[in-house]
Amino acid sequence: MPFNGKSGKFNASISAVEVGCGDKAIKIGGENVLPFYTFDAPIENSPKVGVMISDLGLENEPAGVKAYYEGCTTMADIARKAAAMPGADFVCLKLEGADPNGENKSTEDCMAVVKEVVDAIDAPLVIAGCKNGAKDDELLRKASEVAQGKNVIILAAKEENYKGIGAAAGLAYNQKVGAESAVDINLAKQLNVLLSQLGVAPANIVMHVGTATAGYGFEYVVSTMDRIKAAALSQDDKQLQMPIITPVGDETWNVKESMASEEDMPEWGSQEARGIGMEVSTAASVLASGSNAVILKHPTSVATISKMIKELM
Amino acid sequence: MALKGLDIFKLTPKTNCKECGSPTCMAFSMKVAQGAVDISKCPHMSAEAMATLSEATAPPMKSIKVGTGEAEYTLGGETVLARHEKTFVSKTRFAVNVTPDMDIDAVLAEANKVEYDRIGEKMHAEMVYVACNGDAAAFAEAVKKVTGKGKTIILDCKDPESAKAALEICKAEKPILNGANASNYEAMVEIAKAAEVVLGVSGADINELYDTTAAIEKLGYKELVLDTTGANVKDTFATTVQVRRACLAKDPDRTFGYPSIVNLSKVAPNDEPMQIALASVFVLKYGSIVVMDTMNYARALPLFGLRQNVFTDPQKPMKVEPGIYPINGGDENSVVLTTVDFALTYFVVSGELERSGVPCNLAISDAGGLSVLTSWAAGKLSSTSVSKFIKEEVEPKIKCRKLIIPGKVAVLKGDIEAKLEGWEVIVAPNEAVQLVKFLKDMQANGEI
Repeated sequence: MPFNGKSGKFNASISAVEVGCGDKAIKIGGENVLPFYTFDAPIENSPKVGVMISDLGLENEPAGVKAYYEGCTTMADIARKAAAMPGADFVCLKLEGADPNGENKSTEDCMAVVKEVVDAIDAPLVIAGCKNGAKDDELLRKASEVAQGKNVIILAAKEENYKGIGAAAGLAYNQKVGAESAVDINLAKQLNVLLSQLGVAPANIVMHVGTATAGYGFEYVVSTMDRIKAAALSQDDKQLQMPIITPVGDETWNVKESMASEEDMPEWGSQEARGIGMEVSTAASVLASGSNAVILKHPTSVATISKMIKELM
Repeated sequence: MALKGLDIFKLTPKTNCKECGSPTCMAFSMKVAQGAVDISKCPHMSAEAMATLSEATAPPMKSIKVGTGEAEYTLGGETVLARHEKTFVSKTRFAVNVTPDMDIDAVLAEANKVEYDRIGEKMHAEMVYVACNGDAAAFAEAVKKVTGKGKTIILDCKDPESAKAALEICKAEKPILNGANASNYEAMVEIAKAAEVVLGVSGADINELYDTTAAIEKLGYKELVLDTTGANVKDTFATTVQVRRACLAKDPDRTFGYPSIVNLSKVAPNDEPMQIALASVFVLKYGSIVVMDTMNYARALPLFGLRQNVFTDPQKPMKVEPGIYPINGGDENSVVLTTVDFALTYFVVSGELERSGVPCNLAISDAGGLSVLTSWAAGKLSSTSVSKFIKEEVEPKIKCRKLIIPGKVAVLKGDIEAKLEGWEVIVAPNEAVQLVKFLKDMQANGEI
């Protein structure tokens, strides 16, 4: 008697969201099975890998990342090089410098960078804010305008600033709205409901449900994603069927495991290998839990995760 | 698992003798049906009733014990497919792959350098996987080298004679004989039975694996693990997931109710980042043993951290030991910050403190393993608990009299100051991420 495996295919599916334009445009989401369960039903759009760059340039980046961009002098150079990274499907520009607790760059300065990057590449683009709610409100509304016609993901509208960002990105300038919540299925759903009520079409929403580095309360991330996919697929919950995008690199390169120098922790060995380990482990884990796209930094991580996705599909 | 409490109740003596620890036979039956107690707790159950019941109430996935002494591990015994449904119980174990042509002592010495202590748990590669390349003598030599090293041994050997010889060397350590397949399983079952070791089963595809496992069960051997490694990454993932899903389905197929072995040295050889990525996937998705080329800190830091997270019981918060944790070379003159013992809070806060580069002491008091606001609401973090902890634990050791409290409990400032004579209480920002600037500013202003 052969094995009689029951298919885990669902009647509902995750919505497919297109990002970018022209030949390079990508689709994320669209599947009606759990992550990588291609044995249940084919997954049309494989998960995508993005490369994160910062408006602050390369100064704060790990050594291996700096080495990859060697010779790049302008943000346009960096963006082009990021788009050309083997395994990369899209680029994410993070406007880190706008943070009032950091460089506190003006919105105008940041928009000049956005413009430069938008003009430099034709790869799909994600524009991420500085994580400060009030500053992001202004920054991302403006960025939606500057990147008009490019079909970018604006990352992200949060509960505190969804109205302005949602209206600008989702209604006025026809971009995709990233909806960011803090590792909780109910908060994720609530924000989707709020954005829908504002008039943003569900097909234009991508969720960022929060993340952590592997080892740092990561079980909450796993369970939140598991539950969202279960609700979206098995209960056909329309307000949770948006695909998930997860920035990974900016989290994982900031933990002790990646930052401790070899002088401080000689027994831990190569700092770069540790940093890559934290990044690929976290990325693989969020993908296995339901992320439809991840955003990474290191070229080795991008190549590895992109290869892993190909092998699993 | 189909038996309900009432069905079990019908088979009990119905005397309410309480010897099982439950007040009535009915209560006992309900607990058995939920899987909370074992049916054998009732001393008065008839032998037939017992046989019917243990079959019907047996867990859908067997718990398999391997190894001996400190290197004894339990695999399997899972009851759910997602951790939020209940909890995962048996941690994924990591095995280092060796072959007879390697310098095995050197490989083990390298892997043994990893002894990673994280939130009170010491972790290392628990197992060693020895693959036979056809030369029985070389294989026996290799097995000798891995025996007595404190690691559970997994023998990958499909040839019955070589397997027998290898087991003669190491069977006292309760290794796993990963050797049965469609063509040799009868001989392998005899060998495993005689040596009393767990038998690993593999198949060319999931159907062959199923048939072979069923045939072995028919021979009466149920101490098994299933090698779900396929020809490539995709097959391996598909088989591993489907095996687990079959045995934990509503209508469980117990033939697949065994732990799994996933061999990354076969499907992603010599590719460290890829092995880390795939090992992470299999920690989440149903690998009981994951075999890799080696163990080093680049692998251990993410994988052991991930495993520790994923295998925590969702009902029990992860806690760190209360105490004083010096950060950035903090000494008795450095500023004191206090927060709760919830592991996640500790990690986030200590991470930010490290990034600030400012020498300080992080004083963790017992708050029941809850987050700042939750423990405050539950009365476990109060001006009394903080001031008592500072007086008893911190004052004798630290000379600095500046205490920084979490921004979310700013309301406690006055009370703590009143209770702690000589201390200046400072309120931190609401979010840990703001601590870096906060501390740097304080340092720049000469306040600390």
